[in-house]
Amino acid sequence: MADDATCCGAPPKAAEQRRRQRTCCGAPAASSVDYRYGPAEYVTGTVETPVGAVSRVSRDITTGDRLGAWRVRWGVGRDDYRVKPGLYALGSPDAGAPVLVTANYKLTFDRLRSSLDTLDAWLLVADTLGINVWCAAGKGTFCADEIARAVLQTRLAEIVDHRRLVLPQLSAPGVAAHKVKEACGFRAIFGPVRATDLPGFLAADMRADPRMRAVTFGAWERAELAPMELSVAWDRRALLACAGIVAVAAVGRDGVSLSRGLRRGTPVIGAAWLALLAGGGATPLALPWLPGRAFALKGAVAGGVVAAGAAAVFRRRLSPAATIALLAGVPAVSSYAAMNFTGSSPITSPSGVELEMRRALPLQAAAATLAVGAWAVDARRAGRPGR
Amino acid sequence: MPTLRYIDQAVTLQLDPERCTGCGLCVAVCPRAVFAIADGRAALADRGACIECGACALNCVPGAIGVDPGVGCAQAIIRGWLTGDQPSCGCDGS
Repeated sequence: MADDATCCGAPPKAAEQRRRQRTCCGAPAASSVDYRYGPAEYVTGTVETPVGAVSRVSRDITTGDRLGAWRVRWGVGRDDYRVKPGLYALGSPDAGAPVLVTANYKLTFDRLRSSLDTLDAWLLVADTLGINVWCAAGKGTFCADEIARAVLQTRLAEIVDHRRLVLPQLSAPGVAAHKVKEACGFRAIFGPVRATDLPGFLAADMRADPRMRAVTFGAWERAELAPMELSVAWDRRALLACAGIVAVAAVGRDGVSLSRGLRRGTPVIGAAWLALLAGGGATPLALPWLPGRAFALKGAVAGGVVAAGAAAVFRRRLSPAATIALLAGVPAVSSYAAMNFTGSSPITSPSGVELEMRRALPLQAAAATLAVGAWAVDARRAGRPGR
Repeated sequence: MPTLRYIDQAVTLQLDPERCTGCGLCVAVCPRAVFAIADGRAALADRGACIECGACALNCVPGAIGVDPGVGCAQAIIRGWLTGDQPSCGCDGS
């Protein structure tokens, strides 16, 4: 991507600096890379239009769709879970039917097509490189130019007799509505945050009540996002780190011993798992009830509770040094993992995240160093003759 | 359930009421109910809730809103520190 690629919209001064280097929308996405689009099982037929046949899609979510959703929630194959961009028909839309714009992440598309009751609508899928609405808007790939490109490419103006597009509200960080009008003649109207509110929004003459406008971050939403945090556990780097821990633990004064590596390394790997569960699993779930506003603090508290519990359970088998390693190391890792959940939350601001990171990272590093030091002391103690 | 609030000391959002035309688009695009229209102009009803997504500023035609937009994502910020580039989240793996 060229550095000087001009991005869509004309962001105000303050916004310009950050946006300048963002990926630009439109041309590069569609033309330079050929993506594999998964099997389009949701296409159930076609609808005839003045410009030819348009695929009709089902409102039903199949077992295959559910399995796919579950898979990508756990971080598997998420980079290629796409819908082919273009126009689709839901139900039997006519020339006056609303046009609903969405991203080409299949999870997003599935949610849209299954949330509209009996509504007849045109679904205009923009090419967002398989990214959901909000992230694509933040990256600048879901933007006015891309929407205009989709409108022109699908010859939408020949299919519908109105000139209105309903955009997901969460596309607004990337879409300047007035730029859409300039680029393709269609008026962009920001609909509700959630697709399930679209029938109500359309019935109310395209007016959203405040509830439709607000993001939520309820227990179920947090639970859906937590697996992604836990999926780092089987990331290649995490597995390499486990191997590294065993390798370091295997080294003793008398040489290298794999059995010693496993014996001493396994508790460390177990503690790391515990920390990840506390920071990436328990923290998201218990987010409103954990103290403080900083996610790092919430994660440290969750990790502290878990570490204290583990120290109590294993108290007979843990030396003082090992206890210190557990009590310092687990909260440190848990705090870091929880901090990463800021990226999944719709309530965090970049300025706030940066502030908490500047405060938390040195403390996390200090606690982690203390834990490693205490572990080394414990290993030396265990390695002394007679033990 | 307690309401979730996030750190709000560093929020960069600014509103210039002099430039505001009262179109209300900021109210429509804000997912955090930061704005309200009072006496025909936008006002900051809850500045601390701002997540700096930039939707309001991008859609404010008269340019009455200023914010340093970005993603509130620790990994993106770390990546920004390491590469010296703008923070960008890796949620697409690219």
